[in-house]
Amino acid sequence: MNDSVYDGLLGGDSSQWAFGTDFEDPLAGVDTSVPAGIDATQLATYCLMLGDDTLVLSQRLAEWCSRAPELEEDIALANMALDLLGQARLLLARAAAADPACVPALPAGSPVPAEDALAFFRAAEQFRNVRMAEVPNGDFAHVVVRLLLFANARLAVLSRLRDSADAVLAAVAAKGVKELTYHRDWAGRWFVTCAQGTDESRRRLLAALDRLWPLHDELFTPHPVELSLAGLGVGVDPGSVRAEADVVLDQVLAVADVPRPGTPGVRGRTGRDGLHTEALSRMLAEMQVVARAHPNGRW
Amino acid sequence: MVNVRERAAAVAAEVRDPEMPMLTLADLGVLRDVRVDGDVVVASITPTYSGCPAMATMRDDLVHRLTDAGFPRVVVRVVLEPAWSSDWITESGRAALREAGLSPPGPAAHRTGPVPLTLGPSRREVRCPRCGSARTRIVSEFGSTACKALYRCGDCLEPFDHVKEI
Repeated sequence: MNDSVYDGLLGGDSSQWAFGTDFEDPLAGVDTSVPAGIDATQLATYCLMLGDDTLVLSQRLAEWCSRAPELEEDIALANMALDLLGQARLLLARAAAADPACVPALPAGSPVPAEDALAFFRAAEQFRNVRMAEVPNGDFAHVVVRLLLFANARLAVLSRLRDSADAVLAAVAAKGVKELTYHRDWAGRWFVTCAQGTDESRRRLLAALDRLWPLHDELFTPHPVELSLAGLGVGVDPGSVRAEADVVLDQVLAVADVPRPGTPGVRGRTGRDGLHTEALSRMLAEMQVVARAHPNGRW
Repeated sequence: MVNVRERAAAVAAEVRDPEMPMLTLADLGVLRDVRVDGDVVVASITPTYSGCPAMATMRDDLVHRLTDAGFPRVVVRVVLEPAWSSDWITESGRAALREAGLSPPGPAAHRTGPVPLTLGPSRREVRCPRCGSARTRIVSEFGSTACKALYRCGDCLEPFDHVKEI
């Protein structure tokens, strides 16, 4: 007899659980050697930038669970959160494989895999995500606008990253393109629906666009690491995809009959430099609390 | 004597997808390779979607089935390149999906340049897997798992899953 009903479930064979309990390396068997002539620290930083974007946005989308206006849209948001989380997991694992020094140190014997250590044991200023991903959720129009602006920019970056000299990044990008195509279409359709719906839905859409627009420029503002790796054929300069992304965005704005906002973008240091809004710290506090309380925990 | 690799490959090919158990991993196209290296069986699988949570179960199931079949050492590897496409679902897999009341995917788009936006309803032709009607309507591009969209039939009125083109 077990003292606790749960004791008998721990240890041994984990396959009794729906999806297993093990943390196997998502890159098991994948060649993660750093391409010749590429600085491993830079490559890891670049992977953190892209991975933190999707990790943080995934968490924001997950906060929508049970709160969307319709069950179908609730499920859509959770699906997109899962895709982004999967991309984050691969990218953070790639960062750790490229440069193990970027992974926070944990107590001896901790079973936490490298990509989880990066997700749960870094402070806000160590995150490299764009601020578009982190600002708090608003209403449904807000998540529609955020996803449209983010997915549109990211799709343009990833469609070029498919040719990266780093085979892992190229593979993650090739898969990501397929997923983000569905995300952007979803957001674009809802953008038009809200804009052409009722006075109230249009008012909310315009308000959300107004609120998020100052962070739009940051999606196309290159960090020196992005520029350096773009020059070496490993990364993509987000500035170089702006025109392409603008064409698509203008298409949506035209169909929705919404003018392009004129507000200038926020300037200066960005999320890529580790400069964030205070909302990121609050979000991470909730996201990380259990992992940080039990760094040796087995789940 | 039956070739050891062929025997291992046959066992691995029969492992079923945990979320769509009407499909084997071979039907789904996620089992990319099985080889035998000394006394180690190395099976390679590829995720359908980046965040597919069924990967861990597929890995466990492969290890269990191969171990039970007398292969003591099994290694499961992840292959990311080329990315999985719904085009890899076999003809028998498509038949199994229909049989189970799911609509199989149409041909996936293979693009290299910029990805075009689709603001209208998707142009795929979906038939109701229950009554065969072409009068079907999309409910949501996102369904109960990452790989499915939700449809409803305009004739028999039943909702059904459509495996998405990717």
